[in-house]
Amino acid sequence: MRTLAALHSFLAFAASSLTDRSIRWPTWPEWQRVLLLQDYNTRVVMLGTMLLGLAAGMVGSFTLLRRRALMGDALSHATLPGVGLAFLIAPSLGLAEKSLPVLLTGAALSGIAGVIAILYVRNLTRLKEDAALGIVLSVFFGAGIAILSIAQQSVGHSAGLESFIYGKPASMIESDRLLIGCSGVLTLLIMGVLFKELTLLCFDEGFAKSRGYPVLLLDLVLMGLVVIVTIIGLQAVGLVLMIALLVIPAAASRFWTQNLKQMILISAAIGGAGGFLGAAMSALFRNLPAGAMIVLVCSSLFFISMMFGTERGVVVRALRRRDLNRSVDHQHLLRGMFELQESRGPKAGIPFSELQTLRSWSSHRLLKEIERCRRKGLVFRNSDQKLCLTSSGLVEASRLVHEHRLWELYLITHADVAPGRVDQSADAIEHVLEPELIAQLEELLLQKRRVQGIAPSPHPVDATEHAS
Amino acid sequence: MSGSIAQPPNNTLPLSVRDLTVAWYRKPVIWDVGLDVTPGQLVGVIGPNGAGKSTFLKAIMDLVPRASGRIEIFGQSYKRSRHRVGYVPQRESVDWDFPVSVLDVVTMGLYGKIGWCMPVRRHHREAALRALERVGIGEFANRQISQLSGGQQQRTFLARALVQDADLYLMDEPFAAVDAATEKAIVQILREMKQAGKTTIVIHHDLHTVPEYFDSVVLLNMRVVASGPTETVFTRDNLEKTYGGRLTLLDEATEAMRRRERTL
Repeated sequence: MRTLAALHSFLAFAASSLTDRSIRWPTWPEWQRVLLLQDYNTRVVMLGTMLLGLAAGMVGSFTLLRRRALMGDALSHATLPGVGLAFLIAPSLGLAEKSLPVLLTGAALSGIAGVIAILYVRNLTRLKEDAALGIVLSVFFGAGIAILSIAQQSVGHSAGLESFIYGKPASMIESDRLLIGCSGVLTLLIMGVLFKELTLLCFDEGFAKSRGYPVLLLDLVLMGLVVIVTIIGLQAVGLVLMIALLVIPAAASRFWTQNLKQMILISAAIGGAGGFLGAAMSALFRNLPAGAMIVLVCSSLFFISMMFGTERGVVVRALRRRDLNRSVDHQHLLRGMFELQESRGPKAGIPFSELQTLRSWSSHRLLKEIERCRRKGLVFRNSDQKLCLTSSGLVEASRLVHEHRLWELYLITHADVAPGRVDQSADAIEHVLEPELIAQLEELLLQKRRVQGIAPSPHPVDATEHAS
Repeated sequence: MSGSIAQPPNNTLPLSVRDLTVAWYRKPVIWDVGLDVTPGQLVGVIGPNGAGKSTFLKAIMDLVPRASGRIEIFGQSYKRSRHRVGYVPQRESVDWDFPVSVLDVVTMGLYGKIGWCMPVRRHHREAALRALERVGIGEFANRQISQLSGGQQQRTFLARALVQDADLYLMDEPFAAVDAATEKAIVQILREMKQAGKTTIVIHHDLHTVPEYFDSVVLLNMRVVASGPTETVFTRDNLEKTYGGRLTLLDEATEAMRRRERTL
């Protein structure tokens, strides 16, 4: 019941800041003050959360690649009992109970204990890592809530501890920013020095072990980096949302690059921008909590990356697929026309309806492809509205037919494909043939068979056969 | 690089295994394996699925804990002779979508030489490029590894081992699902390595090519059924013993089921 009561009070705390006071659109001078960093407090907070985002983005890249992204979540939830215990124990050690270093030390210790618990559960039982994560995360978080409610009743003035759950960057002071800055530089240094080793660990653990690298130690270093980032992030975004800064920037940067160093830089930039802009939003719209705003800004950046990322964004991939489809249509049209003309003589025009029966393409799709070829000067309509290849179209088409037949020949002679079926299987692959492969095929087949010019088709070519 | 310190005498064997037993959760995977490999040999390790071939290689490199047994590499423990051993893991053991280039992967073979915390230098990259050229994919050096075909991935792994310039090579199914050209290229390199006096132990699946590729074979099915020169050991009789009496699909299927039970 105590746990529930504590949880209620936290929710009420979170809710009060959302409902009690209204959120209004900031005035122009307010925009200026925040974005130009004129206000001292806002400046401390914005730069602090930006540094946090930078550090989390870098560390997150490695944990993501090590497939340990959720370990950060378990770790941050596991810090809560440490915060509560440090608060309870500190007075008996003669320390101020709410001093940040004391609370953060407690958080770090219990976070590490949580990670060790996960490793124990995983290694001593046959449970998989996800189950171990779920168990440890919830147990530690539950214990933390219980301890906080005890702290609240026995000591009384524990208000403020719950800010570790949802984060409260407004309470950040200059020394906190210094702490975040130093920790950020430390993580950067460790990652820079161990870049090679951490890359090897994430890419090929077995090979790393065979080379004598202490894989467990390297994993501990990586977890240590996560601990550092999480601890300095507790105050700013809170333990519930900390995982967002560790995962989202790293995942987003993967859409932009295939290079690890660039990935880390982009991830750091996205995390830093998220921290900076999120804190700015929170400063502008007085009652929006910064932790939530930081996560929302990061996720907007993630969405943009997912859609428009230059390496594997949704748009780029759709464009690539469209290009491939177009080049397939292009090859089908020119090859079809060439093969029809081959049997009827070069001057014979081909009616549109006949082309449509060549493939299972819609008339719309075929018309568009004809239009593209016409604009490139490869085909033209003669006086009866029939289609003919231009001279440059003929050159292009004969090259395509040549490649197609080479591949068919190869399939028949080297892959035991029956001649009747070879057209289909050749079709599937030839669109991705690279020039080197074509050269190899030519060498392999043409020299052996002394075929000159365009190879003859290994199966009868006729429009009716295509249509069937 | 080991210089004069503790250089073993030349007559020690590249690999000597005595009573090796490896167990997963108390069920033995390989049982009482003994093996001596003489220098300059190209050795094929052959056996059905789940026979413990990969485990055997991993046990040699201390990657899996062994229940009993002694392993000596050039007369020393693996820990001390690690720099003389090159390892080509199974291709499927890594994520080929990882954001590194082909050259980056090959330079990983040099990390031991480069040392902790030291950056990769130009001459390391040049050595890696030479290894890539040797396996015939020098032009792919700057490609991202997800753009490689299966055969090119295998060649990349081979180059990563070659760049180490080791004396004993352990390869886990380098011929699995590669194209004919890659298989030919790998065989060519294995022969060159043999000429250079290197010892290579290769896990192999395709029984047809065994006599052509290997000087000697180890027939393994949880225990060593037979080992020795290919012409005397690679017999129908021994193969039947290795593959559980008959070379049938049924045996393979029961083997696979047994293996699945073990992981439950």
